[in-house]
Amino acid sequence: MAKDVAVIGVGQSNFVRGYEGSIRELAFEAFREAMQDAGITQKDVGASIFCSAPEYDKQRSPAGVLAEYLGLIPQPTFYIETVCSSSSSGVKVGYSMIKAGLHDVVVVLGFQKMSEITSSESQERMGRGADIQWEAPFGTMMPAYYALYAQAYMAKNGLTHEDMMNVRLKSATYGQVNERAVYRKGIKAADFDPNNKDAKMAGPVAWPIRVGDACANADGSSCIILANAEKAKAFAKKPVWIMGIGGASEAVNMAARPDFAKGLSVGYGAAAEAYKMAGITANDVKVAEVHDCFTIAELMAYEGLGFAKMGEGKELIRAKETYKEGKIPVNVDGGLLSKGHPIGATGGSQMRTIVLQLRDEAGPMQVPGNPDIGLVHNVGGVGLYGSVTIFGR
Amino acid sequence: MGFDKFGRKSFTAITKTAKFVDLLGEGKIEGTVCTKCGAKYFPPRSDCSACLSKEMEWFAMPTKGTLETFTTAYYAPFGFEADPPYTMGVVDFNDGLKLFARLSKAIPIADIAVGMNVSIQPLKYDDGQISFEIIKA
Ligand SMILES: [Zn+2]
Repeated sequence: MAKDVAVIGVGQSNFVRGYEGSIRELAFEAFREAMQDAGITQKDVGASIFCSAPEYDKQRSPAGVLAEYLGLIPQPTFYIETVCSSSSSGVKVGYSMIKAGLHDVVVVLGFQKMSEITSSESQERMGRGADIQWEAPFGTMMPAYYALYAQAYMAKNGLTHEDMMNVRLKSATYGQVNERAVYRKGIKAADFDPNNKDAKMAGPVAWPIRVGDACANADGSSCIILANAEKAKAFAKKPVWIMGIGGASEAVNMAARPDFAKGLSVGYGAAAEAYKMAGITANDVKVAEVHDCFTIAELMAYEGLGFAKMGEGKELIRAKETYKEGKIPVNVDGGLLSKGHPIGATGGSQMRTIVLQLRDEAGPMQVPGNPDIGLVHNVGGVGLYGSVTIFGR
Repeated sequence: MGFDKFGRKSFTAITKTAKFVDLLGEGKIEGTVCTKCGAKYFPPRSDCSACLSKEMEWFAMPTKGTLETFTTAYYAPFGFEADPPYTMGVVDFNDGLKLFARLSKAIPIADIAVGMNVSIQPLKYDDGQISFEIIKA
């Protein structure tokens, strides 16, 4: 395994509804934790990268403002955006800068304050992360796009509503023990029963996606501090190395998508590239974080990552193989579904979870057996951008 | 007509493909085809990404296809609040072309199924907006 670029510090704010502060203060929460985790000061940092999806808060060009607030001037700083996978893209750029020898230490900070706008405005913003010329005029939104995939899976792959529900029950199991999660409540099958009038998860959003199939909007920030081998050895007690990075993109318009029953092409593309770079296969991964913005998205990710064959992702959740004790634990921090999905902060938060797992510091979420290889799968838009990052000890 | 007339609510005012809306007004749903390499596009494009040509012509979309997938929205984004429930889907014409649109309200939601035979037609809204929709074949 190449030990060129390491994660030396991780941080994350609580993921909450209605953060009582500005984006500067929100960014500070993750930054402070990551800096203390790394045991470094701002003088050690060569550059910073800020990541979010635009149009949630009013600040244009947030990198300069946030760099100043975090004490990271006069070092260079800039902004990276791929909607929901923005901070994974930021880490890819930070990795490249270190590998190229431009800087020794780079801070990657993802943030999103979604609560400044209403839920329907948020749906409209996310819808406009797809094709605004040819699709948004029909009234599209993220749940509807993912529902197109869910419908095809149900018709052609034998996926059931119960399978999707079981993904959410797993997420809720771990959301309950993750003190940073926005959704801490337990969920039971009766909550999805349409015959139960108190069933808070059963209502249709974009059929076949129900309330309980959708992730929780949240305000939050995440911070990943990267360093070259020399600095990693100097600063970090337990450096976690980046072994592989893969990326892919896909046509924005649904009319240009391949077979919907085959899932998101970017999941397959990004995974193949990352596995090749890391020199491993899916069987070597001991713990994974996947992009479960909707329950169907987690099932598609199992297939794209090679944890299950195409069309057979449902078998993994049926056998509970993606629970902490299973063959391949997935989203044992509650995932986007329960931990929450503050868009620009999500990838960094997933990476923080994997780094803590590999350092054996994940507390009640710790996967047994001292995992040595972990994977982060982060998707932007409706499979518009795909990112897979593999970490090792 | 300007492209701001397209769909329930347009987010694009100016595009070289605005003729698409005029064609809808004439009852035609058309894509574009590259005169240099023959690549066909729907939704239409004014430039060919296959050969980088800018020489494009309009062609009539097929009318017989199958419904590859669909979803019914019970909740709408900002600006579409009056519309739910509405169903959107993807038509596969089985010749390399697909199309995304709403399904006609004339089709009962319970009758909609993956694989059903469908067609397409232009659609005028009461407020003067113009679009196209998926109908039963
Ligand atoms: Zn061409």
